[in-house]
Amino acid sequence: MIARLIDGVPTRALILLFLLLASAICAPLFASDYLLTILILIFYFAYTGQAWNIMMGFAGQLSLGHALYVGLGAYTAAALFVHFGIAPWLGLLIGVPIAGAVGAFIGFLAFRFRVGGVYFAILTIAFAEFARVGFDHFAWTAGSSGLFLPVKQYSGNNLWTLRGEPVMFYYVLLAATVAAFIGCRMLLQSRIGYFWMAIREDEEAARAAGIDTFRYKMIAVVISAAMTSFAGVVYAFYYNNLFPEQVFHISRSIEIILGPIVGGIGTLFGPILGAFVLTGLAEVLTEGLHALGIDIPGAKQVFYGICLLFVIMALPDGVWPWVKRRLGLTERRS
Amino acid sequence: MKPLLQVQGVSKRFRGLLAVDKVSFEVPQGGVYAVIGPNGAGKTTLFNMIAGVFMPDGGTVEFNGERIDGLPPNQVCQRGIGRTFQIVRPFPALTVEENVIVGALMKRTDVSMARAHAHDVLRRLDLYDKRSQRASSMTLPDRKRLEVARALATDPKLLLLDEVMAGLRPTETDRMVSILKELNSDSGLTILLIEHVMRAVMALAQHIVVLHHGANIAEGAPADVVRDKAVIDSYLGAESV
Repeated sequence: MIARLIDGVPTRALILLFLLLASAICAPLFASDYLLTILILIFYFAYTGQAWNIMMGFAGQLSLGHALYVGLGAYTAAALFVHFGIAPWLGLLIGVPIAGAVGAFIGFLAFRFRVGGVYFAILTIAFAEFARVGFDHFAWTAGSSGLFLPVKQYSGNNLWTLRGEPVMFYYVLLAATVAAFIGCRMLLQSRIGYFWMAIREDEEAARAAGIDTFRYKMIAVVISAAMTSFAGVVYAFYYNNLFPEQVFHISRSIEIILGPIVGGIGTLFGPILGAFVLTGLAEVLTEGLHALGIDIPGAKQVFYGICLLFVIMALPDGVWPWVKRRLGLTERRS
Repeated sequence: MKPLLQVQGVSKRFRGLLAVDKVSFEVPQGGVYAVIGPNGAGKTTLFNMIAGVFMPDGGTVEFNGERIDGLPPNQVCQRGIGRTFQIVRPFPALTVEENVIVGALMKRTDVSMARAHAHDVLRRLDLYDKRSQRASSMTLPDRKRLEVARALATDPKLLLLDEVMAGLRPTETDRMVSILKELNSDSGLTILLIEHVMRAVMALAQHIVVLHHGANIAEGAPADVVRDKAVIDSYLGAESV
């Protein structure tokens, strides 16, 4: 299986990947608390970007409402913990299927009734908005006043209940990102990956080639939604508070998709690189301005905008394909 | 023996326009049949009804002894009908090889087996050396052959070709004709083609169906059809004789 996984990957790419992973594993030893929170944010976006990329980058279905799945995972696991003391790893056994089911429902509505393209994207926004408004009035999760997880002084990290220091969340998200990366590579190399790409490229031609496009689009949505909701579980236990206005807000969905767009839609490493570039540079900018004594509200958003403009104009395929060529990492052809 | 494809009285109406009007014909196993006719005669609509893109308003399509009218395109393909599109639509961002692998994966679950099959198909269509190219960077003749390759990779019993010669130079046309002839004689593949290039039709087809204003106005052996008065008047023109 491992042999198949690395089949066709240039040796240099493997070495680079290994070095990158090694430095990511060692990073908390050297990183300051501040840097660690940035790295947590980066891997959060790398992971969610990877999950979103399955739908958009692989299967060509644009979702602008991925905050919905983050929120469903977050709220389910948090509410189960608050009300019943159920550990997040058990909570996610409920939260992830819920997100998957909601994804399946949206997918079914859209694909059954041939809602495609922009209209599909609008539908995904609509459902995220339903959730935002709905959770505001949902007493079990404390509605608009916010759901708070109990925060106490803990002695050490409890991985089972996800109560502890940021470094634990860092490793959880790093592991999730690595797993998502490997999982996506396996998916992309498999039959399903080929079918997704065919659907993305030309749905009618895909159907003429015998592909049950409804089925494979549904699978993409369900996998993407389920994966995204896991990030929500981590999010809830990291931030310890959940407000529908924040969690389900459309800007959260947009943040998720910026990484893969900048990094390279449909590529495996794009979402990770995009998260580093965007989140990393945005923090550098904020800190730099801060150090200079300049305080401009919204500078980060403007920076995101400029980044997007630059990428769209100069590197429409994203930063990663360009970096890949620069590094000479084009795949070996059998 | 029952014909492989049996089209019986199929009709299709788009609003006020009767695009296909009770057309019937049969294609026997192993045959190479052509559908010709002027633009707007309903040829592609007829194809789309066989391939499952449109549901006929009336009539039946039987394939391999089974009704297929009304089935979605993917299921028609699963039952053994491969098709190409009049305006070629390979998957542009994928390589030639990947395009064909997609087709090969319909009946294979293993990607490496599908790749091996794709390579066989690519060799037959003289595309093997170009397998790493992106489909979007290919010339029209190559893209036309790629469409055929992708359809062929699904292991069809019947291949529907919608104007695969259009836009090809005579040498390219001859190349395509010889490839199709070989496919037909080597593997017994049944072919139904829509074609305007009479040079190719005459070289390939054993039987021609002529459509005009949605109706089947003549049918028979190529040599007879091109002498048919109705066909000359409506389509070929007097100078062709």
